[in-house]
Amino acid sequence: MPAGREVAIVGIGASKFDSVTSGISYKELMYEAAVHAYSDAGIDVRNDVGSFICCAEDFWEGNSISDEYMPDQIGAKLRPLFTVCGDGLLGLAHAYMHVLAGVSDLVVVESHSKLSDVTSKDLVEDLGFDPHFGRIPGVEPKYLAGLEMRRYLEESGNTHEDCASVVVKNKRNALRNPRAVYGDNLSNQDVLASEEIASPLTKREISSPADGSVVVVVASAAKARRLSGKNKPVWVSGISWFSDTPNVEEMDLGQALYASNSARKAYEMARIRKPLTQIDFAEIDDTYAYKELQHIEALGLAKRAGKFVSSGKADPDGQIPINVSGGSLGMGSFVEASALVRAYESALQLRGEAGKMQLHNPKRCVVQSWRGIPTQSGVTAVLSI
Amino acid sequence: MSEKVKFFPGREISSKAMESGEVLTKYYSADLNYSWSTGIAVTRFLQELKQGKIIGRKCNKCDRVLVPPRIFCEDCFRTTDEWVYVKDTGVVNTYSIAHVGTDASRLKEPMYIAVINVDGPTKGMGFLHYLGEIKSEHEIKVGMKVQAVWKPENERTGSILDIRYFKPI
Repeated sequence: MPAGREVAIVGIGASKFDSVTSGISYKELMYEAAVHAYSDAGIDVRNDVGSFICCAEDFWEGNSISDEYMPDQIGAKLRPLFTVCGDGLLGLAHAYMHVLAGVSDLVVVESHSKLSDVTSKDLVEDLGFDPHFGRIPGVEPKYLAGLEMRRYLEESGNTHEDCASVVVKNKRNALRNPRAVYGDNLSNQDVLASEEIASPLTKREISSPADGSVVVVVASAAKARRLSGKNKPVWVSGISWFSDTPNVEEMDLGQALYASNSARKAYEMARIRKPLTQIDFAEIDDTYAYKELQHIEALGLAKRAGKFVSSGKADPDGQIPINVSGGSLGMGSFVEASALVRAYESALQLRGEAGKMQLHNPKRCVVQSWRGIPTQSGVTAVLSI
Repeated sequence: MSEKVKFFPGREISSKAMESGEVLTKYYSADLNYSWSTGIAVTRFLQELKQGKIIGRKCNKCDRVLVPPRIFCEDCFRTTDEWVYVKDTGVVNTYSIAHVGTDASRLKEPMYIAVINVDGPTKGMGFLHYLGEIKSEHEIKVGMKVQAVWKPENERTGSILDIRYFKPI
């Protein structure tokens, strides 16, 4: 078995993505994504799939033991299913292990966001902070992103203007993505002049909430061959995850160590020694604009990410296109599902089905996630065709 | 007291330790707010309850009528086909007599909670609901026939509680 070609994504599906999906329940969103994914993979879910993995956080769902409410709408009634309390790529990592461990040769991963149902979003974010020392009363929790951004810019030498160019790029990219709802034509000045939320972070540097569900079907190499559907398998060539300490005072706010560590491992699995020449594009976390710069550097795609982005090297026609889909700034933040949205968009690119966004013959990409404030946890995966 | 207590005595915490501050806890109360979209299927169902009717969805492949309705059949994994009204009578599948309230106090009058299989849809479909007009708990039986007692029309809000309870018939 060639390295990096043991586990493949053989089907992808997504619901409609939107800022608000009031008329549709989260179960109906999941069903829509699942129907598309199973049809894409050409499988009979009730007979072919041996393991189902959902990725959700109970507080976002508003239901404890939320995993109990997942089976019916993805075809998993009376089948093995569990929920990962983490982002969608962590679910993909579990699917990867299930395939290699022989649990099943066909695994389904689902993640969704119904953020428009959560009317106290900031409070859910606040509940993630350390109960004894981390919850500062009276302020909205995004101050932690402000703290991290200042430390990162200070250490890296990147500028606020560089962060603005990330927003401009991703929102411009989103205009060509039919699934993106936050596309816009902005100037750096529009971004920098927007309302200050937690200095130096401004409003337009923060991704806005979006609803949607993504389902990914994962198979062993043998199963992928047998399916012989219309799609080329998208190989999960490497995948890894890391967490830093939860103590805000001790975590490395300057560098995204979860990303650099998980990238090192994922690259090793995929036999990537020089990401700059071996990676064709990247879909990475940009929940806040500075995070994209921090992640570009952690993933070894550029030494000075600010210059890299502001000089156009991360544009769709640049050296390594970053977030051609529009990223979270252009498509919205799907909390736990953001990472699976990135994987979905990457798979489309690798299969040559990205429409107006299609890059020229990409062979390999890096997909990376971050769990959001106040965490220092994330996953990096290498996908190839 | 078990013999093992000698070896594994545990660690007693006295009320004094709690009161004096020797042992501390941090109190936190979260006030989370949600506004769940009821979705395509359940929205229609709730609207119909307001009219005093129970509606389900039929899957033409397995021939089941699903109540409460959903847009997908979880057995066949396909989109359900049509809306079907069902009766407001049914059968007690199982029941429990609840004696403890939400604040852990003993209830003065016990509450009768039942799984009702509604007549019309496929076996096993229906509601978790109250039983009412029960004279003696001994009259409740698994398999007992029941009927919905609805709130007056002007009090209905589009909720499962537009049905007050199910009574024996």
